Amino acid sequence: MSLKKITLDHHEVVCQQGETVLDALLRENIDIPYSCKQGACQSCMLRCLQGTPPVAAQNGLKDVLRQQNHFLACLCYPQQEMVISLSPHADFFTEATVIDKQRLNAETLLLTLHTKEALDYFAGQFVNLKRADGLMRSYSIANNRVHANTLTFHIRRLGGGRFSEWAHQELKIGDTLAVSNPQGLCYYLPNNKEQNMLLVGTGSGLAPLAGIVSEALHHGHHGTIHLFHGSREMDGLYWVEEMQQLARQYPNFHYTPCVSRGDAAVGVALGRANEVAMSILPNLKGWRIYLCGHPDMVNQTKRQVYLQGANLQDIYADAFHVASATLD
Amino acid sequence: MSETSTTLYEQLGGEVAVNAAIDIFYRKVLSDSRISYFFDNVDMEKQAAKQKAFLTMAFGGPNNYSGADMRQAHAHLVQKLGLTDVHFDAVLEHLSTTLQELNAPQNLINQVTTIAESTRNDVLGK
Repeated sequence: MSLKKITLDHHEVVCQQGETVLDALLRENIDIPYSCKQGACQSCMLRCLQGTPPVAAQNGLKDVLRQQNHFLACLCYPQQEMVISLSPHADFFTEATVIDKQRLNAETLLLTLHTKEALDYFAGQFVNLKRADGLMRSYSIANNRVHANTLTFHIRRLGGGRFSEWAHQELKIGDTLAVSNPQGLCYYLPNNKEQNMLLVGTGSGLAPLAGIVSEALHHGHHGTIHLFHGSREMDGLYWVEEMQQLARQYPNFHYTPCVSRGDAAVGVALGRANEVAMSILPNLKGWRIYLCGHPDMVNQTKRQVYLQGANLQDIYADAFHVASATLD
Repeated sequence: MSETSTTLYEQLGGEVAVNAAIDIFYRKVLSDSRISYFFDNVDMEKQAAKQKAFLTMAFGGPNNYSGADMRQAHAHLVQKLGLTDVHFDAVLEHLSTTLQELNAPQNLINQVTTIAESTRNDVLGK
């Protein structure tokens, strides 16, 4: 009973009784990263694709990593056969048809796709959208988990952006695209509905955040939820009325649109979204944080929310790195 | 149990103590403008995990730290950002005040400081 087969890519290793997965892999000279061998440094984190990792091997990992069967090889004494992987899942694609295209503002398109196969995603995750010629970009899913075959995306037109330009100009209702399996760790799990949540997004960073808010409210999340959406100027904001309407409907949901330049309309804060949020909510001890959008904003705010009391385990972030040059 | 039969790590409270300490220690380091810029372009979660491994070692806990690893890991900071004794001292200061805030006895704090001090030459590439 004590020998367990471990499969990593094309290697098959037998884990002896009392031996960790890390030791078994190293014994077979399989090159995997590791350092402390005691569950602290997390450099030997692997993902289990088949089988379940022992709970003890997930000690100290964030909830979303545990939920996706990540584990630490140095703490893992397998209880069953396991198929494991060093890298995330390879992309698998399903076909999707464009069922709607709408303008959200001058530069952002709301694209709605219907996928052939239902996708098992969490609000806040992203997929890769692939055109027939192979051109591919990552986009966050903007709706909640209830719509298993329907996915919406906010496609921001970027100067020189080949995919976004094409999606805006040429893609038509009825056209098909390939959609990858959902990816990413910045998503909502309904495991602590009391917890207060702060969400800060810039530009089309609103897409995953709107999905997360909708998902949380759908699950009856009753902690306070604060959403700050920032843009440079008024014309970069969108979904203002929809979010305001949601805030009227749910007393625990608060929405603050922010612009960093020019004139702010009534109800819009003047300043960068992250800075406005940090000054309104100085104490974030115990809060869950979601940050999406410009990489500089995401990285700065990550540090700031931590210094204002949030635990690292409660910070979920998705920095939007873009292929083309212009994005503020 | 007498002091001779428990390790420094056990006396400090093991992993629970490391977790409590990391929370205070890493915030102190990131709030200190003398040293915070060394962490500007690092992944915070990976860094926190490294800090935890470091604290575990300094607390006398199980570890696989080697001098060569420490040297290699900090070499770019020494060369490109001018990491020196001043910065190392600042980190030791935060380590010590962290333990004071957790009400650790002074004799244990001294032992932790001694272990951390033993990495100085490797960290600074001397």
